Amino acid sequence: MADDGFEFPVDRTQVMLFARSLLDIRPEYSEPDDPATKALGGIVVPPTFVQCSAHWQPNYGLDLTRPLKSGGTVASQRQASGGGGGGLGRGLHAEQRYEYHHPVHVGDTLTVTSKPGKQWEKEGRRGGTLKFSESVTEYRNQDGVLCVTATSVGVQTERAVDQ
Amino acid sequence: MALKVGDTNEMVVIENVSRTHIVKYAGASGDFNPLHHDDPVAQNMAGYPSVFAHGMLSMGLTGRMLTDWLGPDGLKSFGVRFTKQVWPGDTLTARGEVTDVKDGVATIKVVTTNQNGDSVVEGEATAKA
Repeated sequence: MADDGFEFPVDRTQVMLFARSLLDIRPEYSEPDDPATKALGGIVVPPTFVQCSAHWQPNYGLDLTRPLKSGGTVASQRQASGGGGGGLGRGLHAEQRYEYHHPVHVGDTLTVTSKPGKQWEKEGRRGGTLKFSESVTEYRNQDGVLCVTATSVGVQTERAVDQ
Repeated sequence: MALKVGDTNEMVVIENVSRTHIVKYAGASGDFNPLHHDDPVAQNMAGYPSVFAHGMLSMGLTGRMLTDWLGPDGLKSFGVRFTKQVWPGDTLTARGEVTDVKDGVATIKVVTTNQNGDSVVEGEATAKA
Protein backbone atom coordinates (compact mmCIF):
# COMPACT_ATOMS: atom_id res chain seq x y z
CA MET A 1 0.00 0.00 0.00
CA ALA A 2 1.46 3.33 -1.06
CA ASP A 3 1.67 6.18 1.44
CA ASP A 4 -0.34 9.42 1.05
CA GLY A 5 2.49 11.10 -0.78
CA PHE A 6 3.74 14.66 -0.81
CA GLU A 7 4.28 17.41 -3.37
CA PHE A 8 7.70 18.19 -4.84
CA PRO A 9 7.89 21.40 -6.89
CA VAL A 10 10.64 21.31 -9.52
CA ASP A 11 12.28 24.72 -9.59
CA ARG A 12 15.10 26.11 -11.66
CA THR A 13 17.53 26.87 -8.85
CA GLN A 14 17.20 23.37 -7.40
CA VAL A 15 17.95 21.82 -10.79
CA MET A 16 20.97 24.11 -11.29
CA LEU A 17 22.33 23.30 -7.81
CA PHE A 18 21.86 19.58 -8.26
CA ALA A 19 23.43 19.52 -11.75
CA ARG A 20 26.32 21.62 -10.49
CA SER A 21 26.92 19.19 -7.61
CA LEU A 22 27.40 16.55 -10.33
CA LEU A 23 29.84 18.89 -12.12
CA ASP A 24 27.36 19.12 -14.98
CA ILE A 25 26.80 22.59 -16.44
CA ARG A 26 25.03 21.70 -19.68
CA PRO A 27 22.57 24.46 -20.68
CA GLU A 28 19.49 22.21 -20.66
CA TYR A 29 19.71 22.16 -16.84
CA SER A 30 19.83 25.91 -16.22
CA GLU A 31 19.40 28.17 -19.26
CA PRO A 32 15.79 28.48 -20.50
CA ASP A 33 16.66 30.51 -23.60
CA ASP A 34 19.36 28.20 -24.93
CA PRO A 35 18.28 26.57 -28.22
CA ALA A 36 19.08 23.11 -26.80
CA THR A 37 16.76 23.78 -23.86
CA LYS A 38 14.00 25.13 -26.09
CA ALA A 39 14.26 22.00 -28.24
CA LEU A 40 13.36 19.97 -25.14
CA GLY A 41 10.40 22.17 -24.24
CA GLY A 42 12.14 23.82 -21.29
CA ILE A 43 14.69 23.03 -18.61
CA VAL A 44 14.94 19.30 -17.94
CA VAL A 45 16.58 17.46 -15.05
CA PRO A 46 19.53 15.06 -14.59
CA PRO A 47 18.74 11.33 -14.45
CA THR A 48 19.02 11.14 -10.65
CA PHE A 49 17.39 14.52 -9.91
CA VAL A 50 14.27 13.13 -8.23
CA GLN A 51 16.46 12.38 -5.20
CA CYS A 52 15.99 16.08 -4.39
CA SER A 53 12.44 15.27 -3.33
CA ALA A 54 14.08 14.49 0.03
CA HIS A 55 13.91 18.22 0.76
CA TRP A 56 10.10 18.02 0.66
CA GLN A 57 9.65 14.61 2.27
CA PRO A 58 8.01 14.96 5.68
CA ASN A 59 10.17 13.69 8.55
CA TYR A 60 13.00 12.76 6.20
CA GLY A 61 15.33 10.65 8.32
CA LEU A 62 18.63 11.76 6.80
CA ASP A 63 18.29 15.42 7.72
CA LEU A 64 18.46 15.35 11.50
CA THR A 65 18.80 19.14 11.81
CA ARG A 66 15.63 19.95 9.88
CA PRO A 67 13.35 22.18 11.96
CA LEU A 68 9.84 20.84 12.50
CA LYS A 69 6.55 22.72 12.80
CA SER A 70 5.83 20.71 15.93
CA GLY A 71 9.01 22.14 17.51
CA GLY A 72 12.59 20.94 17.70
CA THR A 73 14.25 18.97 14.93
CA VAL A 74 14.01 15.50 13.43
CA ALA A 75 16.86 14.46 15.78
CA SER A 76 15.29 15.86 18.96
CA GLN A 77 11.90 14.35 18.09
CA ARG A 78 13.53 10.96 17.59
CA GLN A 79 15.38 11.19 20.87
CA ALA A 80 12.15 12.20 22.65
CA SER A 81 10.42 9.12 21.24
CA GLY A 82 13.31 6.88 22.29
CA GLY A 83 14.46 6.40 18.73
CA GLY A 84 18.03 7.63 19.24
CA GLY A 85 19.84 9.95 16.87
CA GLY A 86 18.94 7.93 13.82
CA GLY A 87 20.43 8.13 10.36
CA LEU A 88 23.48 6.17 11.45
CA GLY A 89 24.23 2.57 12.18
CA ARG A 90 24.68 0.04 9.43
CA GLY A 91 22.25 1.22 6.82
CA LEU A 92 23.78 1.56 3.36
CA HIS A 93 22.39 2.15 -0.08
CA ALA A 94 22.94 -1.04 -2.10
CA GLU A 95 21.14 -0.44 -5.39
CA GLN A 96 19.16 2.24 -7.17
CA ARG A 97 17.10 2.01 -10.35
CA TYR A 98 15.05 4.51 -12.33
CA GLU A 99 12.58 4.04 -15.13
CA TYR A 100 11.88 7.18 -17.15
CA HIS A 101 8.34 7.30 -18.50
CA HIS A 102 7.83 11.00 -19.24
CA PRO A 103 10.11 14.06 -19.08
CA VAL A 104 10.30 16.19 -15.93
CA HIS A 105 10.55 19.95 -16.54
CA VAL A 106 11.16 22.95 -14.34
CA GLY A 107 7.73 24.23 -13.35
CA ASP A 108 6.28 20.77 -12.80
CA THR A 109 4.88 19.82 -9.42
CA LEU A 110 5.49 16.15 -8.82
CA THR A 111 3.44 14.08 -6.41
CA VAL A 112 5.66 11.52 -4.72
CA THR A 113 4.30 8.25 -3.36
CA SER A 114 6.31 5.36 -1.93
CA LYS A 115 5.57 1.79 -1.01
CA PRO A 116 7.75 -0.99 0.35
CA GLY A 117 8.99 -3.62 -2.10
CA LYS A 118 10.73 -6.96 -1.68
CA GLN A 119 12.83 -7.96 1.32
CA TRP A 120 15.58 -10.60 1.43
CA GLU A 121 18.70 -11.66 3.33
CA LYS A 122 22.06 -13.04 2.38
CA GLU A 123 25.41 -13.80 3.94
CA GLY A 124 27.92 -11.18 2.84
CA ARG A 125 31.68 -11.47 2.63
CA ARG A 126 32.24 -7.96 3.92
CA GLY A 127 29.59 -7.16 6.52
CA GLY A 128 28.12 -10.40 8.01
CA THR A 129 24.40 -11.10 7.48
CA LEU A 130 22.94 -8.57 5.05
CA LYS A 131 19.28 -7.59 5.21
CA PHE A 132 18.03 -6.02 2.01
CA SER A 133 14.79 -4.09 1.60
CA GLU A 134 13.31 -2.35 -1.42
CA SER A 135 11.33 0.87 -1.61
CA VAL A 136 9.45 1.84 -4.78
CA THR A 137 8.69 5.52 -5.35
CA GLU A 138 6.54 6.99 -8.10
CA TYR A 139 6.75 10.58 -9.30
CA ARG A 140 3.64 11.89 -11.09
CA ASN A 141 3.31 15.36 -12.57
CA GLN A 142 0.47 17.91 -12.20
CA ASP A 143 -1.41 16.18 -15.03
CA GLY A 144 -1.27 12.85 -13.24
CA VAL A 145 1.27 11.46 -15.71
CA LEU A 146 3.76 8.99 -14.26
CA CYS A 147 7.20 10.48 -14.98
CA VAL A 148 9.70 8.39 -13.02
CA THR A 149 9.61 5.15 -11.04
CA ALA A 150 12.51 4.88 -8.61
CA THR A 151 13.44 1.67 -6.81
CA SER A 152 15.87 1.95 -3.93
CA VAL A 153 17.46 -1.07 -2.23
CA GLY A 154 18.83 -0.50 1.24
CA VAL A 155 20.98 -2.95 3.18
CA GLN A 156 21.56 -3.31 6.90
CA THR A 157 24.91 -4.92 7.76
CA GLU A 158 26.04 -6.51 11.02
CA ARG A 159 29.34 -4.63 11.07
CA ALA A 160 31.06 -1.78 9.26
CA VAL A 161 31.86 -2.72 5.69
CA ASP A 162 35.59 -3.06 5.07
CA GLN A 163 37.05 -0.94 2.31
CA MET B 1 21.33 8.48 -32.05
CA ALA B 2 21.95 5.33 -34.13
CA LEU B 3 23.55 3.31 -31.36
CA LYS B 4 24.97 -0.08 -32.27
CA VAL B 5 26.42 -2.99 -30.32
CA GLY B 6 30.00 -2.25 -29.30
CA ASP B 7 29.60 1.54 -29.14
CA THR B 8 31.30 2.92 -26.04
CA ASN B 9 31.72 6.13 -24.12
CA GLU B 10 34.17 6.76 -21.32
CA MET B 11 34.91 9.86 -19.25
CA VAL B 12 36.61 10.90 -16.06
CA VAL B 13 33.59 12.12 -14.13
CA ILE B 14 35.37 13.45 -11.03
CA GLU B 15 39.00 13.93 -10.07
CA ASN B 16 40.28 13.90 -6.50
CA VAL B 17 36.94 13.76 -4.66
CA SER B 18 36.96 16.37 -1.90
CA ARG B 19 34.79 16.91 1.15
CA THR B 20 33.57 20.02 -0.66
CA HIS B 21 32.26 17.88 -3.54
CA ILE B 22 30.54 15.65 -1.02
CA VAL B 23 28.90 18.43 1.02
CA LYS B 24 27.78 20.12 -2.18
CA TYR B 25 25.97 16.93 -3.15
CA ALA B 26 24.54 16.66 0.37
CA GLY B 27 23.17 20.19 0.19
CA ALA B 28 21.74 19.78 -3.29
CA SER B 29 20.17 16.37 -2.73
CA GLY B 30 19.09 16.89 0.87
CA ASP B 31 20.85 13.73 2.08
CA PHE B 32 22.56 14.96 5.25
CA ASN B 33 23.50 11.57 6.64
CA PRO B 34 26.50 12.54 8.83
CA LEU B 35 28.46 9.52 7.55
CA HIS B 36 29.06 11.64 4.45
CA HIS B 37 30.25 14.90 6.04
CA ASP B 38 31.10 14.42 9.73
CA ASP B 39 34.43 12.63 10.19
CA PRO B 40 34.13 12.07 13.98
CA VAL B 41 30.72 10.45 13.46
CA ALA B 42 31.97 8.29 10.56
CA GLN B 43 35.04 7.21 12.53
CA ASN B 44 33.96 6.95 16.16
CA MET B 45 30.30 6.02 15.91
CA ALA B 46 30.26 3.99 12.72
CA GLY B 47 33.81 2.62 12.46
CA TYR B 48 34.75 3.96 9.05
CA PRO B 49 38.21 5.42 8.28
CA SER B 50 36.66 8.73 7.22
CA VAL B 51 33.59 10.17 5.60
CA PHE B 52 32.77 8.70 2.20
CA ALA B 53 30.74 9.93 -0.75
CA HIS B 54 27.05 9.23 -1.15
CA GLY B 55 26.44 6.29 -3.47
CA MET B 56 24.06 8.61 -5.23
CA LEU B 57 26.89 11.04 -5.96
CA SER B 58 28.69 8.23 -7.80
CA MET B 59 25.50 7.30 -9.62
CA GLY B 60 24.78 10.91 -10.53
CA LEU B 61 28.30 11.39 -11.87
CA THR B 62 27.92 8.15 -13.83
CA GLY B 63 24.67 9.50 -15.23
CA ARG B 64 26.58 12.44 -16.63
CA MET B 65 28.69 10.06 -18.73
CA LEU B 66 25.38 8.76 -20.16
CA THR B 67 23.73 12.14 -20.80
CA ASP B 68 26.90 13.62 -22.34
CA TRP B 69 26.76 10.68 -24.73
CA LEU B 70 23.03 10.16 -25.29
CA GLY B 71 21.62 13.60 -24.53
CA PRO B 72 19.55 14.65 -21.52
CA ASP B 73 16.41 13.06 -22.98
CA GLY B 74 17.87 9.78 -24.22
CA LEU B 75 17.54 7.46 -21.24
CA LYS B 76 14.68 5.03 -20.74
CA SER B 77 16.07 3.42 -17.58
CA PHE B 78 19.18 3.53 -15.43
CA GLY B 79 20.02 1.18 -12.57
CA VAL B 80 23.15 0.47 -10.56
CA ARG B 81 24.57 -1.50 -7.67
CA PHE B 82 27.00 0.27 -5.37
CA THR B 83 29.98 -2.09 -5.27
CA LYS B 84 32.56 -0.12 -3.31
CA GLN B 85 32.66 3.06 -1.30
CA VAL B 86 34.14 6.25 -2.73
CA TRP B 87 36.57 8.08 -0.45
CA PRO B 88 38.01 11.59 -0.46
CA GLY B 89 40.91 11.62 -2.92
CA ASP B 90 39.37 9.13 -5.33
CA THR B 91 39.15 9.77 -9.07
CA LEU B 92 36.30 8.11 -10.94
CA THR B 93 36.04 7.04 -14.57
CA ALA B 94 32.63 6.06 -15.95
CA ARG B 95 32.27 3.79 -18.97
CA GLY B 96 29.29 2.64 -20.97
CA GLU B 97 29.10 0.01 -23.69
CA VAL B 98 26.17 -0.94 -25.86
CA THR B 99 25.60 -4.68 -25.47
CA ASP B 100 22.30 -5.11 -27.28
CA VAL B 101 19.98 -3.22 -29.61
CA LYS B 102 16.44 -4.47 -30.07
CA ASP B 103 13.22 -2.77 -31.18
CA GLY B 104 14.82 0.67 -31.10
CA VAL B 105 16.13 0.27 -27.56
CA ALA B 106 19.82 -0.02 -26.73
CA THR B 107 21.01 -1.81 -23.60
CA ILE B 108 24.15 -0.26 -22.15
CA LYS B 109 26.44 -1.89 -19.61
CA VAL B 110 27.71 0.74 -17.18
CA VAL B 111 30.77 0.54 -14.93
CA THR B 112 32.46 3.27 -12.94
CA THR B 113 35.91 2.57 -11.54
CA ASN B 114 38.23 4.34 -9.13
CA GLN B 115 41.90 5.14 -9.69
CA ASN B 116 42.85 1.58 -8.67
CA GLY B 117 40.61 0.05 -11.30
CA ASP B 118 38.09 -1.18 -8.73
CA SER B 119 34.45 -0.74 -9.71
CA VAL B 120 32.40 1.50 -7.44
CA VAL B 121 29.19 1.41 -9.48
CA GLU B 122 28.00 -1.32 -11.86
CA GLY B 123 24.76 -1.40 -13.71
CA GLU B 124 22.75 -1.06 -16.84
CA ALA B 125 20.91 1.63 -18.74
CA THR B 126 18.53 1.51 -21.64
CA ALA B 127 18.19 4.28 -24.20
CA LYS B 128 16.52 5.12 -27.46
CA ALA B 129 18.76 3.54 -30.05
